[in-house]
Amino acid sequence: MTIAHHLDDATLMRYASGDLDEAFLVVVATHLAMCEQCRKAVRYAEELGGEMLFACEPADMNPAALNTLLNRIDADEPALARQEAVRGDLPAPLARKVGQSLENIAWRRVAPGVKRHVIEMDNSTSSSLYMLWIAPGVAVPEHGHGGSEMTLILSGAYRDDLGRFGPGDVADLDEHVEHQPRVEDGAPCICLIATETRARFSGLIGRLMQPFVGI
Amino acid sequence: MAPSAVQVRTLERYDGDPDFTALMSRISERDRDAFETLFVHFGPRVKALMLKSGAEHSVAEDIVQDVFMSVWRKADYYAPERGAVSTWIYSIARNARIDRLRRQSSKPYDDISEMEIEASDPDAEEELALVQRADKVAEAMVELPDEQRQIIELAYMHDLPQSEIATRLSLPLGTVKSRMRLAYAKLKQKLEEIR
Repeated sequence: MTIAHHLDDATLMRYASGDLDEAFLVVVATHLAMCEQCRKAVRYAEELGGEMLFACEPADMNPAALNTLLNRIDADEPALARQEAVRGDLPAPLARKVGQSLENIAWRRVAPGVKRHVIEMDNSTSSSLYMLWIAPGVAVPEHGHGGSEMTLILSGAYRDDLGRFGPGDVADLDEHVEHQPRVEDGAPCICLIATETRARFSGLIGRLMQPFVGI
Repeated sequence: MAPSAVQVRTLERYDGDPDFTALMSRISERDRDAFETLFVHFGPRVKALMLKSGAEHSVAEDIVQDVFMSVWRKADYYAPERGAVSTWIYSIARNARIDRLRRQSSKPYDDISEMEIEASDPDAEEELALVQRADKVAEAMVELPDEQRQIIELAYMHDLPQSEIATRLSLPLGTVKSRMRLAYAKLKQKLEEIR
């Protein structure tokens, strides 16, 4: 898999510092599972955390803390064998949410040539997470975003002003970017999307699309 | 833990500090003394991290216990070629902070570290590069302009969301992001000097 579009550096740092809400974390982790380059980039970003932890002023500990801990490790059971990694078509962070395969997604048709599957979050969050299935050749109306949005391509491809997005590519967009993706002919495009707030479509068709789609 | 082909150097810049990488390999062989030494150094720092992140003392103490139970149980998975011991502990602490303080799930992080553990070892060139890594990260931190370092600290140590950092510093969100990107670029440049 050749990945051309990667995570924004600010996103790498938010991942490393633990500042992504659930919807965005699932998209970022799913991309990381597909992208060795970004896994390495995240390790760099985590090194900053290690350095700050190393250099920080230590706090006073409860004097009993060490003994409590030593008692706990003495009572600890031998480490369990590591769980067998989840094997399927989809990377583990996404498979936890939607199952092992793209074949079994419960799609709902939301517009001509567009199907959607909304993914439930564990916690209430201001962001939403869903998958879209877009038929070959379909163009999504031009739109900007009310907040940040992240789209990860799982299968198929689309093109917009920023280039071609194929499997593993992530569009990690600021609120100001407007785009008009068009799915390539030949195969549907399936993508995973986190949005901070609902996308705003421009134009009449866009307003009609607004209730249905948020790519 | 299998010894790596290239000896990973200790952090000489901290004279008198133990060799944490060697400690980790002893801990993976169930050496309680090594575990105690690691705890004495990092326990109070993990607690400081949790206090800065807004935890009460008792909660911070609890989280320290949990973090070090994970250190004990997962010692086998620590791989020096993937980063410093402090970075490994930071990532365990960050995950605990997400679970306990943010009340979210850190499972996606576990999925990625599982992948890293299963992935083949980095090549020799990469390993050589890594021996100098910690020094380069420290250098990058020192050389960052205050306005960037402050943002990094608020994010990593104080667990402030990006939007909250913008509010506290009366900056547009875009400025916070661009300073984060600049800080990352500095770090990357430093780390790539090693090659």
